[in-house]
Amino acid sequence: MADEKPKIRIATCSLAGCFGCHTSLLDIDERLFDLMEMVEFDRTPFTDIKHCGPCDIGIVEGGVSNAENARVLKEFRENCNVLVAIGSCAITGNVPALRNNIDLWDCFQEVYLYDSGTEGKQIPNDPELPLPFDKVYPIYEVVKVDYFLHGCPPPADAIWRFLTALIQGREPEIGYESLRYD
Amino acid sequence: MTSELETAANPEKLKRIVIEPVTRVEGHGKVTLLLDEDNRVQQARFHIVEFRGFEKFIQGRPYTEVPVLVQRLCGICPVSHNLAASKAMDVIVGAAPPPAADKLRRLMHMGQMLQSHALHFFHLSSPDLLFGFDAEVGKRNIAGLAMQFPDIARQGVGLRKFGQEVIRMTSGKRVHGTGVIPGGMSKNLSREDRDWLLAEIDQVVRWSQQAVNLIKRLYGEHKDFYNNFGYYRSSFMSLVREDGAMDLYHGNLRAIDDKGQTIFDHVDYSHYGDYIHEEVKSWSYMKFPFIRSQGREEGWYRVGPLARVNNCDFIPTPLAEAERKIFKEYDGGRASHATLSFHWARMIEMLHSAEAIRELLHDDDLLSDDLVNIGERQLRGVGVIEAPRGTLIHHYRINEDEQIVRANLIVATTHNNQAMNEAIRQVSLQYLDGQQLTEGLLNYIEVAIRAFDPCLSCATHALGKMPLEVELVDAEGARVKRIIKDSDGGYRA
Ligand code: SF4
Repeated sequence: MADEKPKIRIATCSLAGCFGCHTSLLDIDERLFDLMEMVEFDRTPFTDIKHCGPCDIGIVEGGVSNAENARVLKEFRENCNVLVAIGSCAITGNVPALRNNIDLWDCFQEVYLYDSGTEGKQIPNDPELPLPFDKVYPIYEVVKVDYFLHGCPPPADAIWRFLTALIQGREPEIGYESLRYD
Repeated sequence: MTSELETAANPEKLKRIVIEPVTRVEGHGKVTLLLDEDNRVQQARFHIVEFRGFEKFIQGRPYTEVPVLVQRLCGICPVSHNLAASKAMDVIVGAAPPPAADKLRRLMHMGQMLQSHALHFFHLSSPDLLFGFDAEVGKRNIAGLAMQFPDIARQGVGLRKFGQEVIRMTSGKRVHGTGVIPGGMSKNLSREDRDWLLAEIDQVVRWSQQAVNLIKRLYGEHKDFYNNFGYYRSSFMSLVREDGAMDLYHGNLRAIDDKGQTIFDHVDYSHYGDYIHEEVKSWSYMKFPFIRSQGREEGWYRVGPLARVNNCDFIPTPLAEAERKIFKEYDGGRASHATLSFHWARMIEMLHSAEAIRELLHDDDLLSDDLVNIGERQLRGVGVIEAPRGTLIHHYRINEDEQIVRANLIVATTHNNQAMNEAIRQVSLQYLDGQQLTEGLLNYIEVAIRAFDPCLSCATHALGKMPLEVELVDAEGARVKRIIKDSDGGYRA
């Protein structure tokens, strides 16, 4: 084992997203085993590594909606050679960003103060809760992004083709039939 | 009851330990522990740290859009949100779907159950159970599983794949499909797709049986440990069919207390608000639901596989029913309360889902074109479903222009909020209290959380505004001060 070339290291994270892009990654089905032959996973939601270390590829799902998202994203950028924004949330903010044109103070009040079935009314505000941002930002507004993989989520096939190309050092080409913009 | 660990008497003087992010769960959560100088646990909290605001930002949108929009709450169980919202929209269009559409939805839902339970058990939780809670970090994951137990890993991937294919064939897409519409379905199952599923299903049922056997074996090998790990008693709530059978798609609400006594039964879920209220606590964006008749302190409960298997009178498929009986006998016929028995119950449900799919596939209604009903417009609709993680409530009001004016969502993980907190407090007292805390020991807390299969993506739907703008951090990164900016521009410390 010792003289083997170190494997490509991949980290993934979910910021303000729904985990659907990660689900789509798992939807490569049995090819997951081939992927695990080729790469080693650093921080992902499937491992217990809590801080990303130096990696070849970083994959980010979801936009930036609070200080914790921003911290994680910056850690990824610093540690990953290539950073990929996967899915509409990371690329545009997508559904979570629908809150961007709403007066959020009203919303907070609505959910925590006025909702009829609610007791102990108060707005959660504890130092353990990360500071929320007033808008959900696409990740390119916060860090430099190398690749954008579209779709909500991108289909498993597109993710597979994209990743295998990157791992093999090729420029990814995804056929039109597996690209989606919904 | 261990609720005393919720709030420490003198938090300022205590050491803070944080587990962040909680890994191998869906979504973002964190745990904080406060310890005194003897490493005695004084406070343990499970925080939901994100909010998203679905209930607010869907206001003003046409109701027809909502079942597709709310799927983006969760990419692990999008079908559950899609179906719960669609059931509410069925009420709004005043039309129960025709039998063929009902069966197609049930098929889709069973596919969802299967894939979600397989994902949770094999990809996320089994490494703890197979390697030990404090095995090396590098091993405790699906890659470690694939190395050491390739057959188990392959079955997990195969089960998940089958479930996802059922979803794709009925909804058009594996994640965030569009097949369900208010009052019915937009497509049937094609003959070719049905034949493909039929060719695979016996194998899927067999693998599901093996999964039940696996968890039973693990349980048997570590009986005392599994029984006692994070043990506490609670009430349980789930939907059951009119005759008391397990029904994951539709039914009435039933709740039993920690002694097995009925709290309510045969409750029409559109009146859920008469039975359940929610409490807000300052340290989590997730509310704390409770059964009103039991009160805020005592009224919390568990939902999900354990609640459903405990609550139902029988499971209407033979193999799963036989397994339910074995499960029941294990606790002398009473409801099981052990935290880890969630896994066992979950695998019984996975088997039930596989069997239910097999039954449905033999029904030619799935190929029918009679897929939509139309009725008289209503202004309010409640849809409830048993999602993989438990009871999921969607409640909408619309106006005469067909726009959403009000929405309330109570997701499974929210119902389990207090229960998850109780579990981590119990585990803290059992294994962490007075100890030097290692990574391995801290994983015990996560094991307890994982047993619930929490979906923190779902749980962060509630909304917020960011009143909070400024944080002062010192050179070491410690937080010095947190300043809150109100919407009127004023600041509060
Ligand atoms: S892009 Fe779609 S699938 Fe991916 S995280 Fe966002 S909502 Fe989920």
